[in-house]
Amino acid sequence: MPKPYEISAEEAAVKIRTQELTAEEYVASVFNRITQIEKRINAFITLTKQTALQTARQIDEKIRKGEKLGCLAGIPIAVKDNICTRGVRTTCSSRMLKDFVPPYDATVIEKLINQDAVIIGKTNMDEFAMGTTTETSYFGATHNPWNLKKVPGGSSGGSAAAVTAEETPLALGSDTGGSVRCPASYCSTVGLKPTYGLVSRYGLISYANSLEQIGPLARNVYDCALLLSVISGHDARDSTSVNMPPSDYTAFLKNDVKGLKIGVPQEFLGEGVEDAVRKAVWDAVNLLETLGAEYEEVTVPTMRHALPAYYIVAMSEASSNLARYDGLRYGFRVKKDDGDWSTIYAEDRRAGFGTEVRRRIILGTYALSAGYYDEYYLKALRVRTLIRRDFEKALKKCDVLVGPTMPILPFNLGEKIDDPLALYMCDVLTVPANLTGYPAASIPCGFKNGLPIGLQIIGKPFDEGTILRVAYTFERNTDFHKRRPIL
Amino acid sequence: MSKADGTIKIGLEVHTQLTSLKSKLFCSCSSDYRGKEPNSVVCPVCLGLPGSLPVLNKKAVEYAVMAALAFNCKISKRMFFFRKNYYYPDLPKNFQITQYDKAGGVPLATNGYLYIGEQGKRKKIKISRIHLEEDPGRLVHLGPIDQSPYTLVDYNRSGIALLETVTEPDMNSPREARVFLQKLRSVLEHLGIFDGSLEGAMRCDANISLAGGTRVEVKNISSFKEVERALSFEIMRQKGLLERGVAVKRETRHWDATRRITVSLRTKEEEQDYRYFPEPDLVPIELSEEYINKVRSMMPELPDDRMKRFMSSYGLPRYDAGVLVSSKALADFFEECVKLYNKPKDISNWMMSDLLRYLYENNLELQESKITPEKLVEMIRLIDEDVISGKIAKRILPKIILTGKPPRKIVEEEGMMKITDRQVLSELIDRVFSENPKAVKDALVDEKAVHYLIGQLMKKTEGKADPSLAAKMVNEKLHSIKKKT
Repeated sequence: MPKPYEISAEEAAVKIRTQELTAEEYVASVFNRITQIEKRINAFITLTKQTALQTARQIDEKIRKGEKLGCLAGIPIAVKDNICTRGVRTTCSSRMLKDFVPPYDATVIEKLINQDAVIIGKTNMDEFAMGTTTETSYFGATHNPWNLKKVPGGSSGGSAAAVTAEETPLALGSDTGGSVRCPASYCSTVGLKPTYGLVSRYGLISYANSLEQIGPLARNVYDCALLLSVISGHDARDSTSVNMPPSDYTAFLKNDVKGLKIGVPQEFLGEGVEDAVRKAVWDAVNLLETLGAEYEEVTVPTMRHALPAYYIVAMSEASSNLARYDGLRYGFRVKKDDGDWSTIYAEDRRAGFGTEVRRRIILGTYALSAGYYDEYYLKALRVRTLIRRDFEKALKKCDVLVGPTMPILPFNLGEKIDDPLALYMCDVLTVPANLTGYPAASIPCGFKNGLPIGLQIIGKPFDEGTILRVAYTFERNTDFHKRRPIL
Repeated sequence: MSKADGTIKIGLEVHTQLTSLKSKLFCSCSSDYRGKEPNSVVCPVCLGLPGSLPVLNKKAVEYAVMAALAFNCKISKRMFFFRKNYYYPDLPKNFQITQYDKAGGVPLATNGYLYIGEQGKRKKIKISRIHLEEDPGRLVHLGPIDQSPYTLVDYNRSGIALLETVTEPDMNSPREARVFLQKLRSVLEHLGIFDGSLEGAMRCDANISLAGGTRVEVKNISSFKEVERALSFEIMRQKGLLERGVAVKRETRHWDATRRITVSLRTKEEEQDYRYFPEPDLVPIELSEEYINKVRSMMPELPDDRMKRFMSSYGLPRYDAGVLVSSKALADFFEECVKLYNKPKDISNWMMSDLLRYLYENNLELQESKITPEKLVEMIRLIDEDVISGKIAKRILPKIILTGKPPRKIVEEEGMMKITDRQVLSELIDRVFSENPKAVKDALVDEKAVHYLIGQLMKKTEGKADPSLAAKMVNEKLHSIKKKT
C-alpha cells in the first residue's frame, strides 16, 4: 500500500471522491512528509498547514453531503511565491517583499479554489524569478532531492523539488526563460510552459511581462494536463490573455504517436551540450520513432541570437517592473526616519534587492537609455521576430520539435553562482519558447550518475494537446517518471 | 505695449481629465474620487500592486477619438501605449502608462487645429498631437511643501484618464493662451466628455520664448485662470533678463500659484531620461475607419457650429454668439432661457452684460451661482410686464445669483415694484418741488433742471418710480405752474 502522499493527483481525486481516502488524510499525509524532509530540501518559504487542513475538512464535508465538487477536490498544490495569494505572504524570495501580504488572489488561484484544490504553501524560487538555480533566494537555496549537493534548477526550483520529493503532487511555477522547464528537467518532473496568452498572468508578479507564463508541474503527464485544464482560459483582467474556449487537456492523452512528425533542430544538440544529455535525447527520439513517429532534422539558424535577445528584453522589462519597489509601500524600509525621498529610495533598493536582481535592473536600465534603445531593445525585438519566423517555419513541417531542456546535468550548489554568464548560458535551449511565445514542456527522459535529464518538447501555438500526447506516449513506454529520489 | 510682444511664442501642453468616464483608465475603480476619504477609491491595479495588470477602458478610447475628430486631427490606425519611467512618490509603479511619438510609438492623433476668436478675428492654433495617459496620485502636505513635516500620498486620483493635448507655439500673448484654453474646454464640454468646473480637471504646462530666443517650460499651471498670470510673470522675468543683457536659460520652471512667481525646477542638462518602451501588458488596438465613423456619427454639435446657429436662428451678432458658446454651460443656459421666453436678444444682452460681468468680477463659474434660466427669464418678464424697471432689475440680479430666490419674491419682499399710481407719484412730486424751489424755477426755462427734478424723484423712490410716467407727470406739473404764472 503506498502512503497517501505518494499517489498521483489523478488517483487521489478518484479515491477522495469515492471516500476511499479523505481529503484531510491526504493533506495531512503530505504535511507529514514535508515535516520529515523539508529541512533538507528547503522547497517552501511559507506553509499554510492550518488553512489547508481546514479546507480539506470542508471538502470532506461537501463529499459527505453529496455536493458538487471541483475536479481537483482535496488535491494539495504548492504555489510559486511570485503568484499572489490573498492573506498569504508572497515574497518573490526577496527581502524587499518579505512581509508583503497581497490583498487579492491571482486568477489562477481563484481557478484552483473554484476546483476545490488545497493550497499547502508557497515555494522557494530565485529572487523575482531571476536565476537558473534557486540560489538567489533571500530565504536560502533549495536542494535537489536527487542529490542534495546539486542545484534543483530554477527559478521555480522549490515547486519542482517539492513535486519530485513527494511534498505535493502538484505545483505551479512560472516560466520567463525556462523557469518551469529547467527545474522540471533537473528534478525529473513534468513541467509545461503554456503558449503566451493561454494562462492569465493576473496576480503573477512581473519579471518580464512579454515572455512569461504560469505553468503546471507534476510527477506525470496526466496530472500536468489536468492542472493545465484548470488554470488556462481567457481572463478579462489580463489584456494579453487569449479569448479561446476552455479545453480539457486530459482528452489529448493517447498512447499513440503514429504519423506524428517530430523535428530535431540541430542547433539544440550542438556545442555545449553534454554527451550524456545528447545520448538521452537521441534515445528518446529513437523510441518515439519505434512507436510510429517520423523524425526529421530541422534547423533554426537564428537560434544563436536567442540568448542575448532574451536577456535584453527580460532585463529591460524587469528594470521597469521592479521600479515600484521603492520602500514606500511593501513593508521593507532600511531606515524609518527622514531624508529626501530619492535617497531613501536608493538606500531601500540597494538593501532590499540581491546582487543578481540589482545587476539585471542596472543592465535593463542601460539597455533602455536614450541613445542605446535602438541598438539594444529595438534590435532585440527585431531578432525576436526573426526567431519566431524560424520556429514557425520548422513547425510548419513538424508537429513538435524535441531537444534537451538543459544542455548540462545538474551542477553543484555554489558552483556557478559567481559566474553570471555561465548561468545565463544554461538558458540557451529554453529561451526560444519564451521569445516566440510557443508552448514547451520538459519530461523525464533519463539519468546519468543518478542525476535527471529532461526532454524538451516544443509545439505550435495553442497546440499543448499534441505536446502532451507525445509526452504521454513517451511516459507510457518508459519508466523514468516512476523513479523517486531516496530521501 | 512694447515691440517685443509681437514675437512672444507660446505653446501649451494641456492635461484634461475625461471626467465623464465612470471608471478609471485601466481599472474599474470609480472615477468619482473628489472629496472621498484618501486611498478609498483604489484597487490593486491603480495602486500598482505587484501582479496587477492594466486593462484599457474602451470608453476612454471613444472619448479620445471624439476629441481628436473635434480637433480636426489625423487619427492613427493603431493605438498602443508606452511606459514613461521615472521615480516620483505620487507614481505607484514608478512609471506612467502613456503614449509616445518616438521609438516606434505613435500618439493617438496628430496634426489638428482649433480656431480661436479674439475681437472678431479668427486665429488658427495648430495641435501637434493628442494622446491618452493615466493621472498619478496626489501628494498632500501640511502647509507649504518646504515646511511640511511629512508628505502624504493619496492614490484616489491615480489611474484617472487624462487626455493630453499639445499645441504648436502659435499663441502670441498670455491672453491668447487663456482664450485657447477656454475654447478647448468648451469643445470638450460640448462633446460631453469633460466638466471643467471640477477642481484640477484641467492642468497645463506652457513653453514660452521671446523674440525667437530660448524656450522655457513652465509647469504646474492648474487652471486657465492662472495661465494668463503665470505667462505674464514669465514674460516679465525674461524681458527683465534680456534688458540686463543676461541670456535666458533653457530650463523647466515651476509656477508657484501662492507666491505668483515661477521658480527654476531643472535645467536642460538635468532633463530626465524617461526610458520609454512599449507597455507589454497592453495589446495594440486597431482604430478602423468604420469605428472612427461610428464615433463621428455620435458626436454632438460643436461650439463653432453652435455659434453659427446662434447667429442665424436667434439673430445674435457674431461677437455675442462667440461669447455665449465659449462655455457650454453658458450656451446651454442661453438656449434654456430662449425655450422659456422667446426673446433671444434681450436674454443675450442680460447675460452678456450684467450676468457675465458679475460672475467674472466675483470669480464665479455659472454652475457655482444659484441663478437658473427660469429665474433670469422671470426677471426679464417682470421688466416687460412693467412690474420693475431695468434699473431695479440690475439691482436684484446679484441677489438672484447669490441666493437663488425667485425674482418676483425679491421684488415683493423688498417693495421694489414700479410705482405707477398717479396719486402716490403726484404726492411725491409735490414734495420734490417744495424741497427744490430753485430747481423748479430753473426748470421752467432749462431742460437740464427738469432732468434734475426727475432724478430727485427717482432718488426718493429708490428708482421704483415708473420712469416714463414720472417724466410725464413732472412735465405736466411744470406746465401747470407755467400756466399759472
